[in-house]
Amino acid sequence: MVDTEYFLKGFKSIKGVGSPAIALGASFIAIGALLKNLGFSIQESIFSTFLTYALPGSLVMAESMLIGASLINIFLAVWLVNARLYPMTVALMPLLIHENQPRWKYYLSCHFIAVSSWLIMKDNYENIEKENRIDFWIGIGTATWSVAIVSTVIGYVVSDFLNKDILIGLSIINPIYFICMMIGAMKTIQISLSVALGTILGPVFYFLSPEWCILFGGFIAGTIAFLIGEKNGK
Amino acid sequence: MGNNILVVIIVTSLATYLSRFLGVVSAEKIKETSKIFRWFNCLAYSTLAALIARIVIFPSGTLSEVDYLVRFIVVILSIVIFFLTKKNLVYPTLFSAMILSLLNVYL
Repeated sequence: MVDTEYFLKGFKSIKGVGSPAIALGASFIAIGALLKNLGFSIQESIFSTFLTYALPGSLVMAESMLIGASLINIFLAVWLVNARLYPMTVALMPLLIHENQPRWKYYLSCHFIAVSSWLIMKDNYENIEKENRIDFWIGIGTATWSVAIVSTVIGYVVSDFLNKDILIGLSIINPIYFICMMIGAMKTIQISLSVALGTILGPVFYFLSPEWCILFGGFIAGTIAFLIGEKNGK
Repeated sequence: MGNNILVVIIVTSLATYLSRFLGVVSAEKIKETSKIFRWFNCLAYSTLAALIARIVIFPSGTLSEVDYLVRFIVVILSIVIFFLTKKNLVYPTLFSAMILSLLNVYL
């Protein structure tokens, strides 16, 4: 089914100098504490990270519950904030699809697509033969997902000890990890321009619409970067 | 909070899985050498960059209580550490929390 050798190779991505474990851990500890304060039981908190595994979505869920939003509003708000997962999936799966591999692996493992696992896979896929990439990916996904679930439990349990200063410290770790990963990924004209323009246009569009700024800003920035890159031979 | 927590969790996870699922459906027809793949690759990176820039510049949670200047200094110093440590990701992430806490208390 899943090739153990490549699964373990992917799983080990949470160790070493490129480890996402601290960043993931920090943010899901904060989520665990947040869910406890919202009145979730520990089982419900685990279930939430287990099934959703996307940070901005969980935050929107928490905010929506606080203001007593309806289910349809929660669905739309979460869908909107996690819609970035669509281009991320389209930009990852063609690298993993191989005719010798069963389709269910792709439909199941797409659940693991989140910023950190995605950036790690993008950084490493070229070192793995195409046929084995999906098993390698399932390894990365299982590892990062497990860290998220365990951290949610830790955050839930220690929430009484987390004062405001600690939570503020935790809140910067994940953005810093992403910023460094993105800088590391800037190896072609297209990706460098996408990152640079997205960083500028996302906040600029915030003044027009806080809800849509990421998708609008990202769409325009990515399209400009694509066109310029194509003109200059990638 | 009128809604059952379990139902809210399931609704949230379905809304999240939807984009991932549709992504795989679309990806089945896209070759990694095609122009459309390169376009989506740009869109993915630019959307991520927009998301991260938004989180740092217009944060919604606890980070919003930290002064703009402090956030800016922490980001710059962390990037410097990232390059000084030959692109190690563990040091900048650990240092960022420490620098932020220190600056937040003493500035």
